[in-house]
Amino acid sequence: MKKSNDREVATPHLAEEWVGKVYTFICILFLIITIFSMVYFVASKGLSTFIVNGVNVKDLLTGLKWKPDGEPPMFGALPFIFGSFSTSILAAIIAAPLGFCAAVFMVELSPKIGRTFMQPVIELLAGIPSVVYGFVGLSVIVPLFRDLFPGQGVGIAAGSLVLAFMILPTITTIATDALASLPAGLKEGSYALGATRWQTIYRIVLPTTLPAQMTGIVLGIARAFGEALAVQMVIGNAPHIPNSLFESTSTLTSAITLSMGNTAMGSVQNNALWSLALILMLMTFVFVFIIRWLEGRKKL
Amino acid sequence: MIDIALSAKQLNVHYGEKHAVHDVSLDFAEKEVTALIGPSGCGKSTFLRSLNRMNDLIPSCRVTGDIWLKDQNINGSDTDVVALRKNIGMVWQRPNPFHKSIYENIAFGPRYHGVKNKKQLDEIVEQSLRKAAIWEETKDRLHKSALALSGGQQQRLCIARTIAVKPDVILMDEPASALDPISTSKIEELISELKQDYSIVIVTHNMHQAARVSDKTAFFLNGHVVEYDKTETIFTNPTNQRTNDYITGRFG
Repeated sequence: MKKSNDREVATPHLAEEWVGKVYTFICILFLIITIFSMVYFVASKGLSTFIVNGVNVKDLLTGLKWKPDGEPPMFGALPFIFGSFSTSILAAIIAAPLGFCAAVFMVELSPKIGRTFMQPVIELLAGIPSVVYGFVGLSVIVPLFRDLFPGQGVGIAAGSLVLAFMILPTITTIATDALASLPAGLKEGSYALGATRWQTIYRIVLPTTLPAQMTGIVLGIARAFGEALAVQMVIGNAPHIPNSLFESTSTLTSAITLSMGNTAMGSVQNNALWSLALILMLMTFVFVFIIRWLEGRKKL
Repeated sequence: MIDIALSAKQLNVHYGEKHAVHDVSLDFAEKEVTALIGPSGCGKSTFLRSLNRMNDLIPSCRVTGDIWLKDQNINGSDTDVVALRKNIGMVWQRPNPFHKSIYENIAFGPRYHGVKNKKQLDEIVEQSLRKAAIWEETKDRLHKSALALSGGQQQRLCIARTIAVKPDVILMDEPASALDPISTSKIEELISELKQDYSIVIVTHNMHQAARVSDKTAFFLNGHVVEYDKTETIFTNPTNQRTNDYITGRFG
C-alpha cells in the first residue's frame, strides 16, 4: 500500500525530470548544430577559392597584391594578415600594462574607489558600441596623428590605439579577478618577511597570477583580431603592407567589410573574401586553444 | 634576570565597533617559547597579528598601546613597518609557500634585504633549511616547485623562509593545526630546537601542544588575559578558576 503511494508521488517528479532533460538536450543540440553549420559554411565557401577557382593557397597566404578585379585577378592576403596581427598585438602591448596597473590600483591600493567608481566605469567602457570607438578614433586620433606625424593619420598606429581602448576593459576585468583570487596568505607571507608593497606586487602577485593575466591578454588580442568596424574607420584600407605605423593599410576584417557588398555570391572575388573569413575563424580557434592551455596552467 | 625580547603594554585592538583585545600586557622572554591558548574568538590570534603590525593590512582594524621590541616602541605611526617585520617573522596556520622553487622561497626575503651574492644566498638557503630540519628532504630538489611538497614539509619550508631573514622573534599562528600527527610532532620538535636561537610566540588550540613546547603560557578569554605564568604552573596549578575550567576541558 505504502509502496504504491510512493510511486504516485514519484511519477510527476519523473515527468518533470524527463521534460527538463529533453529541453536542455534540445538547446544543446541547437547550439552544436549552429556551431558546426557555421564552421562548415565558412570552410566550404573559403576553401572553394582554392578548389573551384584554382587559386593557390600559398599565393593567397603569402601574396602581396590584392587585385580581385585585375586581369588576371590577384588574391594576395598577406597585407591583411600582417595588418590584423600588427594592430591586435600592438593594441595588447599598449593595453596590457594599463590594464594590469589599473587592476593593481583597484584590488591592492584602493579597493573602495575600485569597487564603487572604477568597476562601473570599466563596465561602461566595455558597453560602448564599436562604431562609437571608431568614430571617436576618426575624429580625434586620426587628425592628431596627421598633425604630429607624416602621412594621413590613418594606419596601424591609429588602429591599435582605438583597439587598445576597446580591449582595455577585458584585460582589466580579468586582471582584477586574477588579483582578487590570489590566496590571501601569499601576500601576508611576503609582507611578513619584510617585503614592501611594491616588492610584493612585483615579485609575488604578478608572477603568481601571470597565467591568468596572459589569459586576459590573449582574450584581448582575440577581440582586437575580430573587431572590424572601428578598425576599418581609422586604418585607411589600402591593400598593401605599410612602411610606417602612420600609413594606410588594411586588416582581414576591414577587407571583408569593405568589399562584401560589392561582390556577387559564388564569384571568385566573393569566395576570396570567405577565405579571409576562414583565416579569421582559424585564428580564433588558435586563440581559444591558447587560452585553454593557459587556464590549465593556472591550477599549478 | 631574563631578558625580554618583546613586550606588549596595554594593547587594545578594535575591529570597527568590536573590541577584540582588552588592555593586554605581556612580556615575552628572550629565547623562550610562549604559548597563547584560549577558545576560538578569544582574541589570541588578533593579538599575535598586532605584534608585527600585520593588522595594518586590515583597514577597519585599530591597534592602540605600546609594543616594545628591545628598547623601541614599534606601535607608533613613525615605525618602519617593513624593517620591523624583518625582525619579527610570522608563520601561519595554512602553509603559504610562494608559487616558486624551494630555493626561491627561501632566497626571497634575504634578496630583498640586500643579499645579492649567489654564494652567500646559497649558504643562507642551506642553513635555513637545515635549521628548519628539512634540508635532507629538499637538497636534491631545491629548484623544483615548493608546491609539490607535502603540507608538513611546506610548513617547515615556511619556517625556514622566516629564519632566512634572521628575525629575533618568530610568531606562529596555530602552525600545526592543519597538519597530520606526524608532521605536527616534527613541527613541535623543530620549535623546541629553534628556541635556542629565537624567541617564539605560538598561538595554539591544542593544549597538549602548549604543554609540550612552551615555557610560559598565557590564557586568553574574551579578549582579556586571564592568567599568564610558567606553563607548568598553568597546567598543574592555575590560580584562576576559569583557567582551571578551560584546561580541564569544561568549556572551550
